[in-house]
Amino acid sequence: MEFSFLKKRFGIGRKMDDFLDKVSESGMLFQHGVDAYLKGDQPSFAKKIADIAAVEHVGDALRRDLEEQLYTQTLIPESRGDVMELLESMDGLLDRFKGALWRFEIEQPDIYPELHNDIRELAACVVESVEAMVRSARAFFKDIAAVADHLHKVSHWESQSDKVSTRIQSRVFREKELRLSHRMQLRDFIRHVDKIADRAEDVSDKLRIYVIKRSL
Amino acid sequence: MFAFFLSSGLFLGWALGANDASNVFGTAVGSRMIRFRTAAGCCAVFILLGAVISGAGASETLGKLGEVNAIAGAFMVALAAGASVYLMTKAGYPVSTSQAIVGAIMGWNFFCGSLIDYGELKKIVLTWIACPLLSAVIAIFLYRLVTVCIRLFKPHMFSLDAMTRYGLLVVGAFGSYSLGANNIANVMGVFAPLAPFSEISLFWWLVLSPAQQLFFIGGLAIAIGVMTYSRHVMMTVGEGIMNLSPVAAFVVVLAHSLVLFAFASQRLEQFLAAQGLPAFPLVPVSSSQAIVGAVIGIGLLKKGDVVRWRVLGGIASGWIVTPVIAGLLTFISLFFFQNVFNQETHRPVTYHLTPAALNRIRDANMASVPLADMAAKVYPNAMAFNRALKARAGLTPVQRNFIIESAKVDPIQIKGSEIDAIGPNQLSAAQKHALKSLEGHSFIHPWRLGEALAKISPAWCPVPGDDASKKALDGKLAYLYNLLRAKTE
Repeated sequence: MEFSFLKKRFGIGRKMDDFLDKVSESGMLFQHGVDAYLKGDQPSFAKKIADIAAVEHVGDALRRDLEEQLYTQTLIPESRGDVMELLESMDGLLDRFKGALWRFEIEQPDIYPELHNDIRELAACVVESVEAMVRSARAFFKDIAAVADHLHKVSHWESQSDKVSTRIQSRVFREKELRLSHRMQLRDFIRHVDKIADRAEDVSDKLRIYVIKRSL
Repeated sequence: MFAFFLSSGLFLGWALGANDASNVFGTAVGSRMIRFRTAAGCCAVFILLGAVISGAGASETLGKLGEVNAIAGAFMVALAAGASVYLMTKAGYPVSTSQAIVGAIMGWNFFCGSLIDYGELKKIVLTWIACPLLSAVIAIFLYRLVTVCIRLFKPHMFSLDAMTRYGLLVVGAFGSYSLGANNIANVMGVFAPLAPFSEISLFWWLVLSPAQQLFFIGGLAIAIGVMTYSRHVMMTVGEGIMNLSPVAAFVVVLAHSLVLFAFASQRLEQFLAAQGLPAFPLVPVSSSQAIVGAVIGIGLLKKGDVVRWRVLGGIASGWIVTPVIAGLLTFISLFFFQNVFNQETHRPVTYHLTPAALNRIRDANMASVPLADMAAKVYPNAMAFNRALKARAGLTPVQRNFIIESAKVDPIQIKGSEIDAIGPNQLSAAQKHALKSLEGHSFIHPWRLGEALAKISPAWCPVPGDDASKKALDGKLAYLYNLLRAKTE
């Protein structure tokens, strides 16, 4: 009974963990989805799209619930604004994963086999950058001193994805067989995926400031 | 009549509650970590408890600085202190009721020619200087400790938030208790020797001495100040120092509370003395300066270049400017109160070297001091007598104080009705019995009562080498002087 207040806070902490799990899960689903698309395994791809939509739905519900609790119970007043912003930004990453998969579904781009490994590598780099961001966010709540250990990995994977993206775009535009419209479609796709890592880096920059503000 | 004259003290208490509660709960309420209603309720209850349980120590020190012996004088002293706090706050100077009341008592001393105990005054002023310094040192130590604990145990942000929230409430309660214990002397100290109360017993086990009853009333005034007017101040203070993190705020309030407690607790003083350690003087200190000291301490620890010399200058000037202004205001207002409204602002105490006094001085191995020529004259006040003594070379301050005490004429009359009103907590049965045997006697020198009682009963003799028993007996004798002298008016 006397520790009920701590239990309540543990509940919120668990919800926060669940939410970050969803962000991480969306990354993995995205990677598997891209893989399925490249293999031409349409049923598996459709399943991944359905799964990521469900994850996004649960993530949104968790985010709203957390935001409501933060306000109604006036929790962490000194960091509430920062935590809300972090939640929104992380939710943005989740949305971007879902959006990228849906774009595959809607536009059905014709990705020729020579590009498959590069695209897989790009997806892996992007997912790694978001994973590092999720680990940074977890550390922000649990062990603020360890945040820096993960933040630099976000930057690393972002620059890796930039390199891969540039390489793919160069290859696409040097491929003489392709029409300009096809090249431009592939370029937009690659940029769209690469943007996810850029956003993850933007969130990590914000988190760096939150850490300074909260540092003891 | 007493109730009317007490009103100035109650006003001072109300102002103290309205202002100083923000030092304890300002950050917590301002940052919305704790609701105002919770903070105000907790603060009011613990201020009241602190005032009643531990308020006597600091009050005793103020009594030593100057024992205001007429109720109209006490009224004016409290009113002038309150007015100077109000005026200086309006003018934007950082003030504290502790400094104002000390200045006001000194003003009263000057007005009625009573001697100022410069030893006590020095102790009080040094304590004011020590208060923010000590608070800063404690805050630095606590902050380091807390940060190490957080890094070690790595609590989740939300668990840390919950623990900080409850921590703020607990240290706020402790801070309120310390504030009540330390600062009740400012509010009610000058009225304590004049309270026309007798000991009362509640629920068969709770016995309240007259001073505690007075402190309860003062504590209520402070509590009303907290409940009615502190909200705005709390929000202002909270927003003003919002750059403090809740954990830092917790440390600041804890450091402030420990400092106030150290300068108020008689038990701590006794404990330290028993261990052979230097004890903290029981002096009313400024709650605001303790807070500022702690904040500066944390600032120094974090960056090192955050000391605002202007703020420190303001604090240091408060140590001098506030007492001087309060003293001047008291002196002037006492003059008007006495001469325009014909009120007795002080009961005249004359000094006369009667044969009994000369004998006492001779017995204390001071026969060589040439005092015979002074015996013919009755001196109107302590200052005049002290001036005459100073003309005699070779007297040490201790000898001079002893002669002044011996020559003090302040008649005491021992009445049976007064003795019956004394409760069992004030005097033991043997002590009361000895006092009863002196019924009907009167003494013109207060010290003669102690001497007469010591002759009758060993219960009135201090145990040789036991400072605590001597101090306790001195306290009881002071209580008797006030009780019996006040009733002979």
